[in-house]
Amino acid sequence: MTTTPAAQRPAGALDRAAAGEPANPAKRTNRQRPNYWLSAVAIVLFVVVFLVPFAFVVVTAVKSGPEASQLSLSWPSEWRIVENFWAVVEARDYLLVIAFINSTILTVASVALMVVVSAMAAFVLQRRASRWNGLINFLVLSGLIIPPAVVPTIWVLQGLGLFRTMVGLILIEIAFGISFCILLFRAFISTIPRELDEAATVDGAGPVRVFFQVIFPLLRSVIVTVVVVQSVVVFNDFVNPLYFLPGERNATVQLTLFNFQSQFNTQYHLLFMNILLITVPPLVMFIFFNRRIVAGMTSGAIKG
Amino acid sequence: MAARTATGRPRIGVLLAAAAVLASTACSAGSLGSSGGTEDGTVTLTFQFGNEPPASLIGQALADDFMAANPDIRIETETRPGGTEGDNIVKTRLATGDMTDLFAYNSGSLFQAINPQQQLAPLTDEPWVGSLEEQFRNSVTAGNGVYGAPFGSSFAGGVLYNRNVYQQLGLQVPTTWEQFMANNASIEAAGIDPVIQTYGTTWTSQLFVLADYHNLTTEVPTFAEDYTANKAKYATTPAAVQGFQHLQDVHDAGYLNEDFASATFEDGLRQVAAGEGAHFPMLTVTVATMVENSPNAAQDVGFFALPGNDAAENGITAWLAAGVYVPTTTAEDSAKFEAAKRFLAFIASPAGCESATRVAPPAGPYPVEGCTLPADVPQAVKDVQPYYDQGASSPALEFVSPVKGPSLQQITVEVGSGIRSAADAAALYDQDVEKQAQQLGLPGW
Amino acid sequence: MAGTPTTTTTSPPPVPTAPGGRSGSAGKGRTAGSRYPYWFYLPAAVLYTVLFVLPTFASFFFALTRWRLIDFQFIGFDNFVLFFREPALVTGLVNTIIFGVVTSAAKVVLGLLLAVLLTSHIIGRGLLRSLVFFPVLVSTIGVGITFTVLMDPFDGLFNQVLGAVGVDGPGWLTDPSLALLSVAAVDVWKGVGLATVIYIAGIVSIPSEYFEAAEVDGAGSWRRFRSITLPLARPATVTVIILSLIGGLRSFDLIWAMTRGGPGFTSDVIASVIYKQYQAGFFGLSTAGNVVLFLVVTAIVLPLFWWLNRKEVEL
Repeated sequence: MTTTPAAQRPAGALDRAAAGEPANPAKRTNRQRPNYWLSAVAIVLFVVVFLVPFAFVVVTAVKSGPEASQLSLSWPSEWRIVENFWAVVEARDYLLVIAFINSTILTVASVALMVVVSAMAAFVLQRRASRWNGLINFLVLSGLIIPPAVVPTIWVLQGLGLFRTMVGLILIEIAFGISFCILLFRAFISTIPRELDEAATVDGAGPVRVFFQVIFPLLRSVIVTVVVVQSVVVFNDFVNPLYFLPGERNATVQLTLFNFQSQFNTQYHLLFMNILLITVPPLVMFIFFNRRIVAGMTSGAIKG
Repeated sequence: MAARTATGRPRIGVLLAAAAVLASTACSAGSLGSSGGTEDGTVTLTFQFGNEPPASLIGQALADDFMAANPDIRIETETRPGGTEGDNIVKTRLATGDMTDLFAYNSGSLFQAINPQQQLAPLTDEPWVGSLEEQFRNSVTAGNGVYGAPFGSSFAGGVLYNRNVYQQLGLQVPTTWEQFMANNASIEAAGIDPVIQTYGTTWTSQLFVLADYHNLTTEVPTFAEDYTANKAKYATTPAAVQGFQHLQDVHDAGYLNEDFASATFEDGLRQVAAGEGAHFPMLTVTVATMVENSPNAAQDVGFFALPGNDAAENGITAWLAAGVYVPTTTAEDSAKFEAAKRFLAFIASPAGCESATRVAPPAGPYPVEGCTLPADVPQAVKDVQPYYDQGASSPALEFVSPVKGPSLQQITVEVGSGIRSAADAAALYDQDVEKQAQQLGLPGW
Repeated sequence: MAGTPTTTTTSPPPVPTAPGGRSGSAGKGRTAGSRYPYWFYLPAAVLYTVLFVLPTFASFFFALTRWRLIDFQFIGFDNFVLFFREPALVTGLVNTIIFGVVTSAAKVVLGLLLAVLLTSHIIGRGLLRSLVFFPVLVSTIGVGITFTVLMDPFDGLFNQVLGAVGVDGPGWLTDPSLALLSVAAVDVWKGVGLATVIYIAGIVSIPSEYFEAAEVDGAGSWRRFRSITLPLARPATVTVIILSLIGGLRSFDLIWAMTRGGPGFTSDVIASVIYKQYQAGFFGLSTAGNVVLFLVVTAIVLPLFWWLNRKEVEL
């Protein structure tokens, strides 16, 4: 397994590392003055490379149809935010609203269950050494590397009567997300002293109570990380809904956007309004949980 | 730590509760309220068709008009994406037993590819079967059973052309490939794009090959039969390579519109209507869309058959109407099956044709006895009729052979973009087709 | 986040040595089975086995069949023969490897450069970090559609700008020799943020004493980069390579949203071939594609993983 220094530390320190704060702040900060020349170049470069595409999405989304179809980065001559918003929302019998409801159900249900299920597994995996651990660790890593086999998965879902159902897709998202979550939880649980569970057991608590009342609450910080990261992943997922939940009225936001691409191919203002709307949830997540996401993704990544 | 525990748990608890509630509702928003049944005596049928006009319009009109006349039957419509995406939905939903009660889908080879004898209910004994036009009936027949009622009209494949351009340059409608290329040369000299191609919508690239079938079958009348039996190949039949060759020729001659690689099919329709381009090889089923986007196209755009080698054999390749089918799963419920049969009887009647005509001008004749075409149709559709009247038409290969490869559109994009030669493409298509034939379990493959 | 139950890290941990034992492993002998019951594995194990392990094993069987979901016919290795014979499918195989290698190489180089830039003393560092990272969180389909429009050969912003300075822009997505690379470039744009933050985490954890000592010795910034940053950020490099290879080889969303494998088959990868064969109803062939992808990923990633980690120990 790859281990970087960051990986060996619990999430708190990781946050700091990922946010780029020196582990020992006093030492580095006063070493140099900011390099103004380099800063200017960097800022211009970053704005052009990373901001312009988003600016393009925004200005196109608020323009009128004919103006948007010129595909230029010009300032909108008239702002049509509300009109375009309603036009997209109403398109194809409020399909986008249905899609947002579907995506919300999918994201909330799968992430919530994923958290519980993998925290339980990670707890036992970390605490109880057994000859199965090697196999389990191997399986967990496999989940990160092996591409899922599509049609056989459909075949299994169909056998269970879950193909083309939301429940089926939720279970799929959980199954494909478990590996990442277990790795994160296991690393974090290793920082919780065993004495805590032992003390609780001595107090007469059974394993369920030990886990849900003692350990689970202590996992809060890593749970937030897992929830945020996986929410973004599931919300943005395109492939699994495409394969496992086909059908027009079942669409999730990503599928709807994909289908709008041909539907709106001459109405760029509506297409980009759709993109804009779909970008809002991850943006909100990003604004509130920037460091969490970065920490989670780097530590999860490092484990992979 | 205790404080943290206290604040942490309820929130997680709420989350879990919410998840449980949502999970227990167990369905996606889209399926809310769509359970059909026979409460209060009405039967509810679900009916699926494509989401692009004219199919989307016709499907809805048939359902609405039928419900108006039959208040005891409710029809809920559902659309699916076009192209291979839609094919896949039909295939997997049939295979997994949860198709809608009725659905519209291509006749011919695509119909054969959904295993009709196992997955569809035969309608052979329905009274309306006798009034179907023979070519259409064959295209929805598998074994001894007839499985479909016609959905919309038949249509033709050939070339949409701008009549103003022809008039200004004093050109004649070509009946041979040489004349066509000669016309292209004069059109290019006049600064107009001779041939429009639109690979932003990949299926449009197939027209040079598919619509050339009339020319192929007049030269090699046994092709379809031999091809189905794996005795004839595209690559080894010169008349079959010709379609690919023509596509390569127009590309090599530089006759294509500048934006052929990225233009979409609507762009192409607009260009031919505006006279920016002179020829657009297309299906007449698109005329309704073209006229809606560019009203002048009703007069300005005409149609001629894709020219071949022999002017005397010049004729169109015809696409037969799609069919409306009933999966075996519907037939298990006798009340639903009866209702479905009544709907089919309406579809396959002059009243059904009128419903379709009301929302989408037909692109060719209806395959039902007693159905007539309206007098006022766009010029391109008018131009099709003489070919039928003279008997100068052949149904496209997909209606006379179940063998059709799924990758033809990518292959023809490559030929039309100059990535692959015609001969190479024909050979590649033969390989592609082999997979389909084997999948269907045809003898001889 | 402060306040989590951390065993406070007083000094930066040492440069990684051998892969560490997985935990503190406090109580070795007293595995109180009742306290950590095996059934805690059960929900995860059931879901994972049924929906991931079982289909993976089933794929090895169904890859050898002609499969219609309602029935199948055993045909041996015919599907695999097709994969290595049919030009369209071979293209997919080659493109997958090109795409994986190009994107991960670019992410390593650019990620490291950006990380060095963003750990140096420049103004607006935090904001710039956010800017690089945000595309990682945005919907791949949205990014794909946006860049498809930006890369339109005639009206697209890229070629409008190039046209303004007198350059005739290429057909980014319509030129067969460019399409795959254009998509790869967008993939790098979207994914380089993750590589950057991984590198930042790596660089920040390098004890600053090393840099100070080097500075005292009169090493210039290039030397400091070469002899301190680069070797000590090696674990981050390993992570970035492995991660972007796994992602790159499996990549589907972006390619499908931008070119759908086109023009023709020129930007097809295995994942898009799998989808196309699935759409065509060739379920056996599609599953064979899955097995091929499985083999490609494991054949490239596992040896690399092992090799990179071994070298690390040798250091």
